[in-house]
Amino acid sequence: MNVNSTQPLEYSTEQNRLNILGFWIFLGCEIMLFATLFTSYFIYENRTGSGPAGAEIFEITPVLIETILLLTSSFTIGLAVNAMRLGRTKAMLGFLAVTLVLGAGFLSVEIYEFIHYYHVGATLQTSAFTGMLLTTLGTHGAHVAFGLFWGLFIFLQIKKQGLTPQTANKSFIFSLYWHFLDVMWIFIFSFIYLKGMM
Amino acid sequence: MEFFERFAIPHPSPMIYASMVAIALVTIAIAVGITYFKKWGYLWSEWLTTTDHKRIGIMYIISALLMLFRGGADAVMMRLQTAVPENAFLDAQHYNEVFTTHGVVMIIFMAMAFIIGLMNFVIPLQIGARDVAFPRLNALSFWLYFAGAMLFNISFVIGGSPDAGWTNYYPLANNEFSPSVGVNYYNWALQISGIGTLMTGINFIVTILKMRAPGMTLMKMPMFVWSGLITNVIIVFAFPVLTIALLMGTFDRQLGTFFFATTDGGMDMMWANLFWIWGHPEVYILILPAFGIYSQIISTFSERNLYGYKSMVASMVLISLLSFLVWLHHFFTMGQGALTNSIFSVTTMAIAVPTGIKIFNWLLTMWKGKIRFTTPMMYSIAFIPLFTIGGVTGVMLGIASADYQYHNTMFLVAHFHNVIIPGVVFAMIAGLIYWWPKMFGFMLNEKIGKWAFWFITVGFCFSFFPMYITGLDGQARRMYTYSESTGFGPLNMLSFFGAGLMAIGFAVLVYNIYYSFRKSPRNIGDDPWNGGRSLEWATHNPVPEYNFAVTPHVISSEALWDQKKRGHQIFRDKIEKIHMPNNTGWPIMVAGLFFVFGFSFIFNIWAGVILSAIAIFGFMGYRSFEKDDGRYISVEEIKETEDKFGGANK
Repeated sequence: MNVNSTQPLEYSTEQNRLNILGFWIFLGCEIMLFATLFTSYFIYENRTGSGPAGAEIFEITPVLIETILLLTSSFTIGLAVNAMRLGRTKAMLGFLAVTLVLGAGFLSVEIYEFIHYYHVGATLQTSAFTGMLLTTLGTHGAHVAFGLFWGLFIFLQIKKQGLTPQTANKSFIFSLYWHFLDVMWIFIFSFIYLKGMM
Repeated sequence: MEFFERFAIPHPSPMIYASMVAIALVTIAIAVGITYFKKWGYLWSEWLTTTDHKRIGIMYIISALLMLFRGGADAVMMRLQTAVPENAFLDAQHYNEVFTTHGVVMIIFMAMAFIIGLMNFVIPLQIGARDVAFPRLNALSFWLYFAGAMLFNISFVIGGSPDAGWTNYYPLANNEFSPSVGVNYYNWALQISGIGTLMTGINFIVTILKMRAPGMTLMKMPMFVWSGLITNVIIVFAFPVLTIALLMGTFDRQLGTFFFATTDGGMDMMWANLFWIWGHPEVYILILPAFGIYSQIISTFSERNLYGYKSMVASMVLISLLSFLVWLHHFFTMGQGALTNSIFSVTTMAIAVPTGIKIFNWLLTMWKGKIRFTTPMMYSIAFIPLFTIGGVTGVMLGIASADYQYHNTMFLVAHFHNVIIPGVVFAMIAGLIYWWPKMFGFMLNEKIGKWAFWFITVGFCFSFFPMYITGLDGQARRMYTYSESTGFGPLNMLSFFGAGLMAIGFAVLVYNIYYSFRKSPRNIGDDPWNGGRSLEWATHNPVPEYNFAVTPHVISSEALWDQKKRGHQIFRDKIEKIHMPNNTGWPIMVAGLFFVFGFSFIFNIWAGVILSAIAIFGFMGYRSFEKDDGRYISVEEIKETEDKFGGANK
């Protein structure tokens, strides 16, 4: 395999470069996916039927905690990639672990939030609005949950194989994914929660 | 026993029981045949686990042909049912199921598979690559498509077929009006094969952008590659919308949400909007590669460079943008108001402009060319006037006010078949015949091929032109019968006659494959059409697994033609060892798990859903630890293969 040592490890082979471009295009698909969800959400926003409206069920505290946790995790995955570029495997693994713990924290608070919605009578089966709210949040949450497993597997692989062009490539792509989820969360925070509470 | 009752067919008939028996017998016969000839090992190691883009392409095409006959049988049944007034061959429910499966099978499982098959086979060859960017992902795409297609096709013997039309409009498609599991099948079959298509889209964009031969700039790519690139960009942006729409439909039907309901805030028109935001780009996903194929064939058999290369590219880019801005013209009559209708009316008609540019470019390519009337060229020449008629009736339908008359009539049915059959199906057949020697190393018989062409083309005209007239007279589509006093009888009989001719044409096509397999000469050289212009004709027939012994160099958009006529040198390097991907069994296994997942979800078997989901993710996790760097084909091996074909590089 041709390894180009003038490039960062994650870009060092031809296949790695293809993988990264492919993943960027995949993120394009993901943007369309979330755009469809957001559009549907805006259309259903005021179609609450017999169920509650957003302002009646949103709680700022868990949402703020989730936001802080996820934004911080986006910062730490950036540090992890930075450590990887410096070739510091231990630091890289440390920051990756912190990222995953923060992600798990985010997910726990989100599960708490969903239980809260259930208790105040806002379920998938309440109205089109609550259904779409939970589908949009749930899709994001499912992405985070998938990311946790993905990150965990990358963690184990780096532990086993060290920083190779392959594992570096996987880590870098994972970081793109994680940043993307963060950006989506910023949209959710602004246009679902803040807009709903105004 | 209660568990098994859900698999019963809600609306059985002797025909369905007969097809159950037929399916069982054919399956057993195939299994026994493979065992008898001891081909399981060959099948598994050479085909089912392959990552070779050529073999995946061929498997796509074989599946597409099978689906063509499934959908074709549906079509003949519909024409037979409406051939005479008040026919009792099918009842209303069966007719609903037949037109629904006809539409879905033909669009999703036939046409999509056919274009993706041809793109798989041809694009890496035309850009001078060894394979696609992600060969294993490519295999997974195919097997997911195949799992979805099989899931859809078992619906009529297990649990009942979908019956709400291929557009699956709500509230008709909700639990109240479609109580069988049919629409669940629709949701999951499309979802699973849609994921496969999405991955194909990503795969081909990266392949085309990153893996072109040295010297092949974007504006030197053959037109089919350009059409493939733009098609895949549309796939990437359109299919996620379908993913969400199908998810919302599944939630409505199986988890009790109200997205497309008429109560509790739901809005049934949301489905129509989401469906067509995907659905309209989808028809351009089908037609653009067809345009690419025609561009190649017309240029080859007119012995002229494609006229207006840049305007061809620009018009395709324009079509791809406009394709996302016209979805509402599918439901002008549903009350959006005059302003909205007018805007979409204008965008719809605007598409005629770039399409017209392309038509003139093809005509000007033929102008003063040395035209050879080969079978692929016959299809291409027939395409131009027939497609233009379809396009013009499309503009008629695009006039919002007039659409109130045409909407939901046979006029519409005539229109879209008039663009899809001469547009897409002719291109698929023409492309298949054109590239057949590249796939199998022999030519299809031209004489029999032309018989098939005339049957299909004349049959098409007889089938669909009468529908324009009955449609304008008010015959509604999707009606299983009509009374004699309407006077629709004779023209419908004519349609049935045309459908019969088309069926004969396709049978002749299949016979041609059999005949040519037995009789055609095998020593046909690299360029059997004797006029190939792009890189795929610079390698052998059938193409060796590594495609090109040495990497080709490209100077112009007509790489091979200019080698022949202007002395450009395509092959300059020495043979070196070639890196190839290994075969792998995991794509077919993961797709099998997806099949189990979809099937369980359709019937609300939650244990199956959870177990197969865990298995899918477990599989992915386990595989991520696997290291597979592929393998190398040695120089000696390449030289041996090349010698067999009569020497490398020539």
